[in-house]
Amino acid sequence: MRNLLTSFLLLVAIPGFLMAQPDAEEILRKIDKQMVTESAEATATMVITNRRGRETRITSRSWSKGENTSLVEYLSPAREKGVKMLRLEDVLWMYTPQADRVIQISGHMLRQSVSGSDLSYEDMVDNGKLLDLYDAAVVGEDVFMDRPCYVLRLRVKEGVEDVAYAQRKVWVDKKRYLPLKEERYAKNGTTLLKNFEIRSVMKIDDRWYPKEMYFKDVMAKGQGTLYIIDDIKFGVNIPEYMFTKAALRE
Amino acid sequence: MFRFLMKGMLRDRHRSLLPSIVVAMGVMLTVFMFTYMKGIFDDFFNNAAMYDSGHVKITSRAYYEEKDVLPNDLALEDGPGMMAMLRSEYPQLNWSERVKFGGLLDAFDENRETRAQVGAGGIGIDFFGADTAERNRWNLGAGLQEGTLPQKPGDIIMGKTLASQMDLKAGDDVTLISSTVNGSMVLNNFHISGIIYFGTPPMDKSMFLADINDVKSMLDMGDWSSEILGYFNTSNYKDLVAIALATEFNAVRSDPNDRFSPQMTPMLDDAGLRDYFGYASKAGSIMSFIMIFAMGIVLWNTGLMGAIRRYGEMGLRLAVGESKGHVYRSLIIESLGVALMGTIIGTIFGLGFSYWLQEVGFDIGSMMGDSQMLIPTIIRARITPTAFYIGFFPGVFATLLGAALSGLRIFKRDTASLFKELES
Repeated sequence: MRNLLTSFLLLVAIPGFLMAQPDAEEILRKIDKQMVTESAEATATMVITNRRGRETRITSRSWSKGENTSLVEYLSPAREKGVKMLRLEDVLWMYTPQADRVIQISGHMLRQSVSGSDLSYEDMVDNGKLLDLYDAAVVGEDVFMDRPCYVLRLRVKEGVEDVAYAQRKVWVDKKRYLPLKEERYAKNGTTLLKNFEIRSVMKIDDRWYPKEMYFKDVMAKGQGTLYIIDDIKFGVNIPEYMFTKAALRE
Repeated sequence: MFRFLMKGMLRDRHRSLLPSIVVAMGVMLTVFMFTYMKGIFDDFFNNAAMYDSGHVKITSRAYYEEKDVLPNDLALEDGPGMMAMLRSEYPQLNWSERVKFGGLLDAFDENRETRAQVGAGGIGIDFFGADTAERNRWNLGAGLQEGTLPQKPGDIIMGKTLASQMDLKAGDDVTLISSTVNGSMVLNNFHISGIIYFGTPPMDKSMFLADINDVKSMLDMGDWSSEILGYFNTSNYKDLVAIALATEFNAVRSDPNDRFSPQMTPMLDDAGLRDYFGYASKAGSIMSFIMIFAMGIVLWNTGLMGAIRRYGEMGLRLAVGESKGHVYRSLIIESLGVALMGTIIGTIFGLGFSYWLQEVGFDIGSMMGDSQMLIPTIIRARITPTAFYIGFFPGVFATLLGAALSGLRIFKRDTASLFKELES
């Protein structure tokens, strides 16, 4: 009788558990659906606090198309105004009006800080799908900023190269499927490179999207960088010529 | 007696010419080696002072902690105020601001596309200030290979090897990719007014000099100062004076609880050269001592041989009635004459060779390979007042001592056996 009861409970409980716990790939797919945009135009403010405790605010406008094409133009402060960064596939170009030069940023320069912030150029232009880059596993559940989360461990897929972070630990909002918190690691999986948090979110149409994001480069001695999306539009029509090197000088 | 001795010496070349030549050679070598070593050590420390540390350096405490990574974002605020205070309260030093920075130098073609990119370092120095001493301190005119020194803002001069590596020449423009003190990437165009041979491999391979105001503007530093270097007006580096000055300055103006308060550091501490300086001083003294001692042995031996060779003559002189004391004194006087003549000639030749090496130098650039040490490729001697008398220690004293010791045998001669000795 006891065995029958146990078997019954298992038969009822296991499917229930499996239903409540979507598999890791499904979670990644849902994150990508929220975070990766087909095309978007946004205005953002980056608040950088340096190690002297001083705050710098940089505003920018950005356009993106697909996963690998994007353009960022700085609007202020005056010293930064007109600086543009263009990503075409795996190549990043930078233009500064002061020098009137278009320079390719490659190799280790991609890992350098953008404008003294805690974002690297790789972070800045990253719009790739997690599902394409990482193998994932659900390693637990947690609560972050009062939101119940799945905790995922991501490891870069075999054969995938040029990924900024070989491993990530991600706290994913169970309902909104936003990565509320991330620890981004180097290849060895133990060296923490960057912390990332989504501090507030907004709902545009039926999509939840980050409003305020906080980046902290563990190696840097500043106090972290707040990235605030002031305005964003999805599904906008962006002329192709904007994503050309020639257009950088315009 | 003096006339008699002189005649004897001049007629017997074995008594005069040969010993004098040996003494002169020994003294010449001693003087030359002394000035050579003095030149090498002085050049090393002078280079370190000129390029890097000054005789004293003022930075913020935070900058000093991380100085190896050139943390210009931790520079002193109100650089002009600090400079004015230093010039007023420490007039015994000449004060100059410097900014060191790094980046990628990007040479471009006629379409402004990248043609060559090389990692390089830059130093911002005061080229155009009304009372700047930097142009003379760096002695840039002497090393200019092509073009001119900076004439206007935006001009730079570039190390010869670096320019050659990037196929750049005077008159070309080049872009520097660097970071401002706020961390923003900055692209700045410079005009190469001249190509220079610094004469120090690391400088020639990877450095360029720009005006400090251009550099501050490029790095968005405002009136901050990364490094303020002080040079004694009237002399080379004096460690004890520098230490006393730094101790006094830091007691009054530096606050251990404020990372951004100023801190003065003597050259040997800033450049990490204190141990090396101690070692170099000791090594120099030991090498000088060994040289003097070795030459002393040689010249003592010369005196000894000179006297022993004349053993028979001494016997004859004693046999004909000359007193032992008189023979001994004449031997010493002769030896003194030979020693003085040899020493003076040796010192003159030694100083002559030293002067040549001081003025012309000896180029060892091809032997230095990829050396990263801030030592010049041209070795030069340095003539100091000591060089004028250092040869007298081995030249005069050792020769005299040799003659005096060998002459002692004179007093042990038994007059009765002298004729037997002469017969044999």
